[in-house]
Amino acid sequence: MADLSLAAVKSAVLIFLLLTTFAYMTLLERKLLGKFQVRYGPNRVGPLGLLQPLADGVKLLFKESFRPAQVDVIVYLVAPTITMVTSLVVYAVIPFGPEVSFFGRRVTLYLADVNVGILLILAASSIGVYGIILGGWSSNNKYSLLGSLRSSAQLISYELALSLAVIAVVLTAGTLSLVEIVEAQQRLWFVALQPVGFLIFLVAAIAETNRAPFDLPEAEQELVAGYQTEYGGFKFAMFYFGEYIGIVTMSALATTLFWGGWNGPLLPPVVWFALKSFVFIFFLIWLRATMPRVRHDQLMAFGWKFLVPVGLLNIVVTSIWVILRQT
Amino acid sequence: MSALIEIIIFSAAAAGALAGGVGVVASAQPVRSALSLLLVLGSLAVMYLLLAAPFVATLQVIIYAGAIVVLFLFVIMLLHARSGEERPSKLRGQRVAAFVLSAAFYAAILAVLRTVRSAPVSTIGSEFGSAQFVGGALFTTYVLPFELASMVLIVGIIAAVVIGRPFVR
Repeated sequence: MADLSLAAVKSAVLIFLLLTTFAYMTLLERKLLGKFQVRYGPNRVGPLGLLQPLADGVKLLFKESFRPAQVDVIVYLVAPTITMVTSLVVYAVIPFGPEVSFFGRRVTLYLADVNVGILLILAASSIGVYGIILGGWSSNNKYSLLGSLRSSAQLISYELALSLAVIAVVLTAGTLSLVEIVEAQQRLWFVALQPVGFLIFLVAAIAETNRAPFDLPEAEQELVAGYQTEYGGFKFAMFYFGEYIGIVTMSALATTLFWGGWNGPLLPPVVWFALKSFVFIFFLIWLRATMPRVRHDQLMAFGWKFLVPVGLLNIVVTSIWVILRQT
Repeated sequence: MSALIEIIIFSAAAAGALAGGVGVVASAQPVRSALSLLLVLGSLAVMYLLLAAPFVATLQVIIYAGAIVVLFLFVIMLLHARSGEERPSKLRGQRVAAFVLSAAFYAAILAVLRTVRSAPVSTIGSEFGSAQFVGGALFTTYVLPFELASMVLIVGIIAAVVIGRPFVR
């Protein structure tokens, strides 16, 4: 029973942290984009604009909850829920740090160390596609439908490349558990052993999170706002929550799989983990301010004709290396 | 205590699977049918977890829920994009065939249950259902069916490429 209550407390803390992260991710992105484009960004609500997310949240909550005519009501409401829930589920297995002593108790800084951890994350991200597909379909709007078709095609294609990069890491570490993958990197981070895998992972992660230069689902000139066109108020916020937490997830995953997770000198493990993840988040925002959007056919061709073959080749090379290392 | 929890989870998953199964055949819209199928597959994943096979459960979610039903939805959306309603099917006798096949399947399950009830219950190691165990079994005991399945899939992929290729004279 003590275990159960501990897990409940951890979950509550995690959800609170993630909600705060989401709120301040939106502010960080707007601030940084402002800096990159030599303007101020939001600076009116509270000191330095720090209360802006709060104001946005209150606004979204109190907005009229409209619904277009003739939508499939259940599916229309389920879609943003799927996006939000699947983006949260992955944090059950992401390790933030090793065991720590807390009020005289040993507490692990992860919810669960399941032996198929990394697969669970891939499963959650493949379920997340439903939010986009169903949201676009149920809205009864051709822009939504086109947007959702596009983005689900993009997600499915790049999920493959992402999985191939992850498989190479799993081969190197010899385990599917994220905690053990981090522990295997104590001496040497996997980015040194898997540079190609890391690059594939990075590109695929950008595409998976619908970030520029792969933000086609939201190509405003062509698709209004893609699958989210007909969503407003809190339902829109749920989609956005999924997107921003997805960025944090991918940053945390890149840290865990390739950059040694919580490993690092001097500073406490959790700080290392947060720092490394933040570098990736910053990089993704920087990328958005820098890169123009690619065309849909370019995106598909790049995914299938370049990333997937290179990923397969990487796996072959890694497997041979693993076997040679054992003998 | 844990046995009780197990029964509760099993009942919920079984009810979900049954409700989903009814939904698949009873829904008027193909999209609803596909979503019901998703419910069935998700409930099955819960049952695999109950059977202490987390690897199989996750694969169930990744492959069936994450790939196959997504593909179904894709096809439905592309074919009946606006309404999501289906036209009357050209294939006749589907209902009769469905009933006959279901009855046959049910009879097969009953037959299996009858033989199992008399046989002694065998125990399995804790390794059963883990990634190592499934992988080992797949590449030793079941390597022939595994390779055959991949052949079938390759044939399917090649056929899809040939059919989808633009017509060239």
